[in-house]
Amino acid sequence: MSIWKYANPAQFMRTTDGLLPWLVGAAAICCTAGVVWGFLTPDDFRQGSTVKIVFLHVPAAMMAINIWVMMLIASLIWIIRRHHVSALAAKAAAPIGAVMTLIALATGAIWGQPMWGTWWEWDPRLTSFLILFLFYVGYIALWSAVEDPDSAADLTGVLCLVGSVFALLSRYAVLFWNQGLHQGASLSVQSGERMSHVYRYPLYLAMLGFFLLFLALLLIRTRTEIRRRRLAALQAREMRA
Amino acid sequence: MIDLGRYATTVLMAYGVSIALIVGLVWQTVAANARARRALEEHDRHG
Amino acid sequence: MIALLLRDLRLATRAGGGFGLGVAFFLILSALVPFGVGPDRATLAPVAPGILWVGALLACLLSLDRLFALDHEDGSLDLLATAPLPLEGTVAIKALAHWITTGLPLVLAAPLFGVLLQLPGQAMPWLVVSLAVGTPALSMLGAFGAALTVGLRRGGLLLSLLVLPLYIPTLIFGAEITRRGAEGQATATPLLFLAGITLGVLALIPWAAAAALRVNLR
Repeated sequence: MSIWKYANPAQFMRTTDGLLPWLVGAAAICCTAGVVWGFLTPDDFRQGSTVKIVFLHVPAAMMAINIWVMMLIASLIWIIRRHHVSALAAKAAAPIGAVMTLIALATGAIWGQPMWGTWWEWDPRLTSFLILFLFYVGYIALWSAVEDPDSAADLTGVLCLVGSVFALLSRYAVLFWNQGLHQGASLSVQSGERMSHVYRYPLYLAMLGFFLLFLALLLIRTRTEIRRRRLAALQAREMRA
Repeated sequence: MIDLGRYATTVLMAYGVSIALIVGLVWQTVAANARARRALEEHDRHG
Repeated sequence: MIALLLRDLRLATRAGGGFGLGVAFFLILSALVPFGVGPDRATLAPVAPGILWVGALLACLLSLDRLFALDHEDGSLDLLATAPLPLEGTVAIKALAHWITTGLPLVLAAPLFGVLLQLPGQAMPWLVVSLAVGTPALSMLGAFGAALTVGLRRGGLLLSLLVLPLYIPTLIFGAEITRRGAEGQATATPLLFLAGITLGVLALIPWAAAAALRVNLR
């Protein structure tokens, strides 16, 4: 299987047409199961029932970062090799990433209220996510502002590259600026047991669910973009004729 | 119904906001897709 | 290249206002803040480094949308793009001209506004140094944002949305230098970070900005 086969939008539409129902089903099952299982876990002895928020907070935060990375890779593929579907996939991913960032920020704020006694703290992790959200907003705004689709893809691609560097730079600059309240990574391979199995398995399931949800939404949104562009191309041809 | 203790509002609010955001995103995605498909079909039918 | 620089500088001064507008904005901002937070020395002094840096940032942002827009409208940008001078060089020169007309006056005038905001005397040299080191990065990043939005009708607002997140690292380190200077702490670490960011931006952003310009001129 090669991604170049899917540079042909018709081929992409055919393949995803068969794939989508399965993906949507799997995403719905994993998401629901992960979140419901998470909701039914016992309370943590220190954080009480607020520990249940982790099953939304962590997967959303994880996806918020990974979606940006995916957009970066898709933009690179577009800039280097003019893979049209790749550019549209980057465009399609951005709103999903922005919503994931928003979920991570919102659940974090709601969680922080009883735990830290404040809705918002200028903590490195929180601040980095706010900055990430700003980058998503700028990226989406640039896509919607440029009319010519190929130019828009090029410009947003360059913005995504520069933005990635600066998002990373801001992450460490912010760390320098203020040490925070946020706990370190809850899941880590090296550090061994940091989280009980009771929480860990539903969390993995919720992560898988969020990932599948992203994939399903991404495919649907990319298909929407392909259809829009096809319609625009057909209309442009008629105008010329 | 499970007991959420004194953090009930917090937990429910977090779940409520998240689910609302996800449902909104899904709804927007599906609606936009349906709109694009309909527009394309319309165009095909009229030539 | 020097001819282009001189042309840009002459245009900026001749248009009137372009040269001093940033400083005037800076002055108004420094005058407004005490009205907002109160004239008390104890409240003003701690926030002064941050206010001055944010003010410099916004003043820099003000004149950005004209960086390429005027040349784009009268067609001279197309000429510059086809000139033997590489577009990357053109971008760098334009950013330099922008820095000389807005960044440099800000650097020179900053101590004056520091006095207005009750910035402690020992912080003054650090304020000037941090602005001198940091503002070239602001101009260059602004040139990148201006290149992205050059052909757009509602480019101005979008430009600030795109450019402001890119300013965050510079702002953090710049304000940190001034704050540490005010408290009499060591300033070498943030200064090195700031210089690193500025040098990296000056070295790499011209290529990104030139790529964006080429797309917009296509």
